[in-house]
Amino acid sequence: MELLMALMIGVLTGCGVYLVLRQRTFPVVLGLTLLGYAVNLFLFSMGRLTLDAPAVIGAGEHYADPLPQALVLTAIVIGFATIAFMLVLALRALGDLGNDHVDGRSVGSDGEQEDQQR
Amino acid sequence: MSDHLPVLPLLIPLFAGLMIMLETRQRRRVRRFTGLAATVALLPVTWLLWGQASVEEYRVYQLGNWPAPFGIVLILDRLAALMLLITAILAVPVYLYACRGDDGIGVNFHALFQFLLLGVNGAFLTGDLFNLFVFFEVLLLSSYALLMHGHGPDRARAGLHYVILNLTGSAIFLFGLGLVYGATGTLNMADVGRALAAGEVLQPALFAAAISLLLVVFALKAALLPLGFWLPAAYGAASPPVAAMFAIMSKVGLYAIWRLWSLVMESGEPALAARLTPWLTALGLISMLVGSLGVLAATRLSSLASWLLLMSVGTLTVVLVQGDEAAWAAGLFYLLHSTWGVAALFLLAGLIARLRGPEADYLRSGEPLPTSIAVTFLVVAVMLVGLPPLSGFLGKVLMLATLPLPAFWVLLLAGGLASLIALSRAGSTLFWRTEPARYAQRRSAAGLRSLLMLVAVCMTLVVFASGWLAITQQVAEQLLQPDGYIEAVLPSGRAR
Repeated sequence: MELLMALMIGVLTGCGVYLVLRQRTFPVVLGLTLLGYAVNLFLFSMGRLTLDAPAVIGAGEHYADPLPQALVLTAIVIGFATIAFMLVLALRALGDLGNDHVDGRSVGSDGEQEDQQR
Repeated sequence: MSDHLPVLPLLIPLFAGLMIMLETRQRRRVRRFTGLAATVALLPVTWLLWGQASVEEYRVYQLGNWPAPFGIVLILDRLAALMLLITAILAVPVYLYACRGDDGIGVNFHALFQFLLLGVNGAFLTGDLFNLFVFFEVLLLSSYALLMHGHGPDRARAGLHYVILNLTGSAIFLFGLGLVYGATGTLNMADVGRALAAGEVLQPALFAAAISLLLVVFALKAALLPLGFWLPAAYGAASPPVAAMFAIMSKVGLYAIWRLWSLVMESGEPALAARLTPWLTALGLISMLVGSLGVLAATRLSSLASWLLLMSVGTLTVVLVQGDEAAWAAGLFYLLHSTWGVAALFLLAGLIARLRGPEADYLRSGEPLPTSIAVTFLVVAVMLVGLPPLSGFLGKVLMLATLPLPAFWVLLLAGGLASLIALSRAGSTLFWRTEPARYAQRRSAAGLRSLLMLVAVCMTLVVFASGWLAITQQVAEQLLQPDGYIEAVLPSGRAR
């Protein structure tokens, strides 16, 4: 299970970083979302991975560390809010700048950048 | 009552912000009054808090009355109290300035301003790393919205970069926090320090990685190069009162580095500190160098101010990692000066832009400006360049005297020269190379009075220099003894 978790976090982070470095805003938003998922899994695994253990002390013989679960919950809420803001901002930038390039420059069909036509 | 004083800097802006949000009919007068009352109320509160902190060392406020490593604590020490005081003193003139018209160009300025204060105050007060993250998010979310306050493609572009960078920064922050928790089993700053001193860190390599990640994030917030190129674009594009308020935000990152450094490096991990010192020193020196080049290359007064801010962040970073107690006291004095001084320049740039109309604050010839503005510019410029007799000179001399590092000397003096050239060029262009007025309507210099208030605050740094220095010395002295901090939060090393 450790290997699976590590691989998933690694793949999610890698995809997230790749997408964040793209030049259009929508892939960047997706990348930030993926990074957020990776972070949440990572925080979760930092409380050590346990099977069949409730996050309540005294409920059974073993218990899982409850703190990372609380942290993940907070991180999910904050991440959701910021991604929502980011989407609205991307839409506004699309309206204000006339295109969805992160630098506000229009992108040709072959990927070449041209200076913005005013 | 005085037991609950440390939580007031959080509650006042929180409730004021919420009340302004509830006022849905956009009655500007009600909003302004509520916001102003809350902002001004922070002044006596932070002053009392400083009084407490300077006398009784530490004050721990347990939220929900949960004991320290389990519950989240607010910790008022001298550094936190000083930073709260700086913020409150900065906020009043900036808010007054904003109420002279800049608050009307977008909605919700007043509520966002309070939430920004909430985030900044919370980041200064909290004693828990995850809570620090939460308050960072609070202040960042309000800063995203404040940066977009008003319209224009420049703002949208700068805002997009700023938000993407900071969201990535938040992800890295959480990775770092996760690693700290994995390595030490706690996120309470004092408890992390205690675990380090007791040698209870499970995997030192993991912990070193965690601290390095956290430093990357804080350097991004503080705008230390190479993570600081967003700052001139973002601050230059923001509306003047927002940019002036952001002057404290880069100091929040610096504060976090300072806290981490005093708690983790000095006592617990000298080897890690020794490994990171050359890196941070080099980055600080590079920031100073690039900052002075940026000052020379700036085409607008507001971007000139942003580069000055970047330069001061570099300077303070070098002081932080290389300095001893006396240097830290000098650095904190310089921090006071640079926060208020640069904020004053941002406000002044806004005034000039409003008076000149289409030329805005671009450094090219335009309409003539009134003498009052010119004199204010002269005072602010002399202060920021660091010429005697104003506060910049005192701060720089103190740092030069206490930090004998050749590269630092050269770059600090070169930076002073560069800003002297840049600011005198800017002043002569703006005030002497004028064209006859083309616009009949008279634009008002409303807000000059609140700007003068901020300048007067900077003057107190000169007039009461020994008092301020005594304060910063007290802060530096306490910062170098993290044992007291740990002892205050976790009495007699209580077993976890």
